[in-house]
Amino acid sequence: MSVPASFRTRRLVRIRRGLTLPVVLLVLWEVSSRGGLVDARFLPSLEEVYFTAKRELIDNNLIGELGFSLFRNVVGFFIGSGLGILFATLLALSRTADALITPTFNGLKQISLLAWIPLISIWFGFGEQAKIVFVAIAAFIPVVLNTYEGMRNAPRDLIEVGHALQFTRVQRIARILVPSALPSIATGVHLGLIYSWLATVGAEYFLAVGPGVGGLIIAGRERFDMALVMVGVLILGVVGFILNRLAATVESYLLRWRATTH
Amino acid sequence: MSIISQDVSLAPAPNEVPVARRARTSINRRGFRRFAIALVLPFGLLLAWWIASNQGWLPEQILPSPAYVYSTALEMIASGEIFYHAGVSLRRVVVGFLFGALAGLKLGMAMGLSRRVDDYVRPLFLAFAQIPTLGWIPLLMLIFGIGETLKIIVIAKGALVPMTINTAAGIRGVPESFVEVGHALRFSRLQTLRLIVLPGAAPSIFTGIRYGLTHSWTALVGVELLASSEGLGYLLVWGRQMFWLDVVIVAMIAVGVIGFLMDKGLDVSEVYVQRWNDREGE
Repeated sequence: MSVPASFRTRRLVRIRRGLTLPVVLLVLWEVSSRGGLVDARFLPSLEEVYFTAKRELIDNNLIGELGFSLFRNVVGFFIGSGLGILFATLLALSRTADALITPTFNGLKQISLLAWIPLISIWFGFGEQAKIVFVAIAAFIPVVLNTYEGMRNAPRDLIEVGHALQFTRVQRIARILVPSALPSIATGVHLGLIYSWLATVGAEYFLAVGPGVGGLIIAGRERFDMALVMVGVLILGVVGFILNRLAATVESYLLRWRATTH
Repeated sequence: MSIISQDVSLAPAPNEVPVARRARTSINRRGFRRFAIALVLPFGLLLAWWIASNQGWLPEQILPSPAYVYSTALEMIASGEIFYHAGVSLRRVVVGFLFGALAGLKLGMAMGLSRRVDDYVRPLFLAFAQIPTLGWIPLLMLIFGIGETLKIIVIAKGALVPMTINTAAGIRGVPESFVEVGHALRFSRLQTLRLIVLPGAAPSIFTGIRYGLTHSWTALVGVELLASSEGLGYLLVWGRQMFWLDVVIVAMIAVGVIGFLMDKGLDVSEVYVQRWNDREGE
């Protein structure tokens, strides 16, 4: 309402420009698949993608599959990030633990996440357990890194105040370390959420037993059903986007007190 | 971009070479102690592993003995097998990363320099970036088959996204006043770009390179796990199928070591390229 006119037109321009490319691409897509410029097996028409989506949603219980994926994601995420915060707190608090464990942890984190899958599948099989373990590892690593970093960088003067007030260990954690590390912890948890979604998809690709969106995509590929693969990929993107937004919202809510102290 | 702090390395990891060297030059006893303490856990684990497999607590297929893994590693080194597969993987990563990073650098520069380009491209780009690299693999497999092209594209995509976002953000972040100095000095557009904008954006571009390389490496492992007949990812899958856990473990170690070396290499080159930036840093 009170937005200056120039601001408003600027926004309109941005929206118009932002929509241009997607619309052009969609039109090109439709034209080339209808006009037979491209093999329809590689580029099914929009209509076909839409009908596939509808079929999967209504007849084939896509929501249920998605539920399975999300369930794994959430369980693994909570286990991984919970353990991650505890573990990082231990490392940040105890010099001994830090000296003993941190280097090994740093070494192990070098191994790319997906490379753990074969080992996990041998140790935990292909079932739920293996998938959840994998998702938990994916969330664990960024949470540990960021929490540790945040607690390590707690302002010195605050820690000294704690000494002066003769804080106990518990007080030191609750009053100083956790609050000052909260932004980093939030970043870690946010990353953990993104990584755990990636890991959920990965787990369903590679440990392909049981329902889930990843399994759906793999099935689509095996049947050379491009429309199905596209629907699956789209869902991955949408869910990832929603999780990301959710994390950002929670993050800014938890950190709202910071705006006033600065 | 809160995605940036993922790779913050924990405490100064006492990595072998420098610490050993420092200890020899004898001043830094504390460094040596740290190093020794850091080795306690790996050796403890190794001992536990050795005992567990020696006592037959776990079947060979679940946990082969360390000695067995060691001899497999030696064998694979002697026969050159591990170097062959690592070489294949490395070549793919280098080629894919170069394509992706250069494309990302150009796209990011275009988006950072021109509002117009940014307006047009960003929404679509972000929508594409939303879908994890792993998600694209099956789709790309249908289009490109399972050959080298697929791998290069997937790896390039891994590098493209962080490179574009960080380059654009870095260029946007160059203070207006710097650019004005350039105007005052009557710099040409190219000079402004080369002498002001790019150096100003360098730290951010480096962040992009670092994430790009990490993502490329992860993407490589993913794509090799799904579709490959050579490379470290293939070695992992193959070992898994044959229940040769020793091969799996050796391949994992190779993945870790190469990841580590690439990270260190970037550290060194970042310090070198940005040596002029020393005083300012943090």
